[in-house]
Amino acid sequence: MKIKPLQIIAHIILILGVLLMVVPIWISFASSSHDSVTILTEGMKFHIGDQLARNYNEVLNEKGGWSEEVTAAKMFINSFIMALGIATLKVVISAMSAYALVYYRFKLAVPIFWLIFITLLVPLEVRIFPSYKIVSDLGLTNSYTGLILPLVASATATFFFRQFYKTIPDELLESAKLDGANAWSFFIDFLVPLSKTMIAAMFIFMFVYGYSQYLWPLIMTTAEEYWTVVMGMKIIYTESYEGVALPRTAERFAYIILSMIPPVLVVVFLQKWFIKGLIQTEK
Amino acid sequence: MSFLDLKNVTKIYPNGTKAVHETSLSVDEGEFMVFVGPSGCGKSTLLRMVAGLEDITEGDINLDGKLINEVDPSERDVAMVFQNYALYPHMNVYNNLAYGLKNRGIDKETIEQKVNDAAKLLQISDYLQRKPSMLSGGQRQRVAMGRAIVRNPKIFLFDEPLSNLDAKLRIQMRLEIKKLQQKVGVTSIFVTHDQVEAMTLADRLAVINNGIIEQLGTPIEIYDNPKSLFVAGFIGSPQMNFLDGNIKNKTLSAEGFEIKDIGSDFEGEVKLGIRPEHLSQSENSLINLKVDLVEQLGSDNLVYGQLKDKKDFCYRCPGNLTIEKGADLSLNIENNKYYIFDKSTGKRVN
Ligand SMILES: Nc1ncnc2c1ncn2[C@@H]1O[C@H](COP(=O)(O)OP(=O)(O)O)[C@@H](O)[C@H]1O
Ligand SMILES: [Mg+2]
Repeated sequence: MKIKPLQIIAHIILILGVLLMVVPIWISFASSSHDSVTILTEGMKFHIGDQLARNYNEVLNEKGGWSEEVTAAKMFINSFIMALGIATLKVVISAMSAYALVYYRFKLAVPIFWLIFITLLVPLEVRIFPSYKIVSDLGLTNSYTGLILPLVASATATFFFRQFYKTIPDELLESAKLDGANAWSFFIDFLVPLSKTMIAAMFIFMFVYGYSQYLWPLIMTTAEEYWTVVMGMKIIYTESYEGVALPRTAERFAYIILSMIPPVLVVVFLQKWFIKGLIQTEK
Repeated sequence: MSFLDLKNVTKIYPNGTKAVHETSLSVDEGEFMVFVGPSGCGKSTLLRMVAGLEDITEGDINLDGKLINEVDPSERDVAMVFQNYALYPHMNVYNNLAYGLKNRGIDKETIEQKVNDAAKLLQISDYLQRKPSMLSGGQRQRVAMGRAIVRNPKIFLFDEPLSNLDAKLRIQMRLEIKKLQQKVGVTSIFVTHDQVEAMTLADRLAVINNGIIEQLGTPIEIYDNPKSLFVAGFIGSPQMNFLDGNIKNKTLSAEGFEIKDIGSDFEGEVKLGIRPEHLSQSENSLINLKVDLVEQLGSDNLVYGQLKDKKDFCYRCPGNLTIEKGADLSLNIENNKYYIFDKSTGKRVN
């Protein structure tokens, strides 16, 4: 088989892209397997060192924080719960509100949709004080509910679900009605399976969104047992050395590598749905 | 009261379109009723009101002795075959058929048996595990029919189900639908804009125009005895020829000829209608046709030409007659089969 020059160029571009994505991760991983002092003095590493097991064990089990009680493992779990809750609720609520907006043709559907849509202009960071006030008045600080609930309304996802439902032909609904489907069974038996791909995609985006939240958990949590990964990244792994705080660089790299695992798992787990939807277009 | 009874049914859409005007109609149990009319005349609207997919603005619909105006479509026990079939794209054929039964809470074994029976009847047993996207147009059509049959509903509604098929398949499916309906014996309403389809399928036929039933009757009644200009022009292929005329003292004078002793006391401007197949060549001619074009269909020839005053005209003759382009034919109306309509109202007057 002859390889055309164009193909070679295409491959070079793709390989460059792959390197751009993979090399930083590899450097982080390689560096996480050395001694902190080595990294500090010699810079980041490209080869695997001999401290791999020690560093990762340290990160997962060492108690840190001011109270020396919270472990990284606990923070991963916290973030995972928060992201899972946010992603799940966002998808469920958006899909259902889009369903209401598209299929219940009440007069206010369009204004309500635009009202939802303009909330895109006021992200959490903008309304963080009122949000905090409400959550703390409800007594929800230092709780998973407080971490998750203020973030679950999603104009973006509602918009995408709405656009998708609008492409579903009316006859499908009518036909289902004549087959005895009620409003609930139409949603469960038709819209959910038809929007599987959409749901998987939204879930991934929203999971990553929830996982990478920084500001909200920072002001929401005073108890260390609710700390999340992104917060921990800043706070932990400093070491005092003759009165000077030195970063424990190798452990930080290990922590970064570990922090990538939950989102990667979610993508791996959902990609089957994702790809199925992409190759097998169902009318 | 008959099986399905529409009484003064009117539909006005929210945007003000009056799609159906005070229509009354009854359909007997087991009858195959066809709604035929040009596109936009309100056939689908009427059908969808029976299905419960459109609200009824005014009037009553009774099905099987029960007023169903306010009954939800899911409770009406009617089945509908849509123009684009509306199969469930994410379910295989088996589940497409089974879905309606599942919603009724029927047990698994019974469902399986009913689905298999329906699949056998429609010869789709081999595709039960396939998704609709993997079926041909004809097969999808069968699945849509199967979905209707399997539930054994009170009434079948068809909304132009054949118009997405190619010509050959359409004729084949037309026959199958008729056979199937006779076999299953379910009351059916079939909507179409195609008058051939209507004529071949119907036990009775409702010709609809502008939201009004112009005429109701068996296909032959309507063909032989159209009550209005619209029906006369709509039913029959090729179309009936229409000529302007005037009646005075029971004598009709049309362009270039006269008919005496017409059986009507009407006086004034009229339209004279003559079907192409009710003409024959004869010595004592009434109409002189100058031939422009001959379409040879094998069994018949369709002869198109012009009368004296350049009016287009069609004559249908047996296929064994050879007629040359440019010939002059003298034609007579067989057995006085002509139709006279009041020009202002379109009503039949003879
Ligand atoms: N949802 C609707 N809103 C407003 N007008 C409609 C709607 N559906 C149909 N119409 C109008 O009602 C008339 C009858 O439509 P329809 O019953 O679909 O005709 P047909 O099936 O005979 O082609 C048409 O003039 C059409 O434009
Ligand atoms: Mg229609």
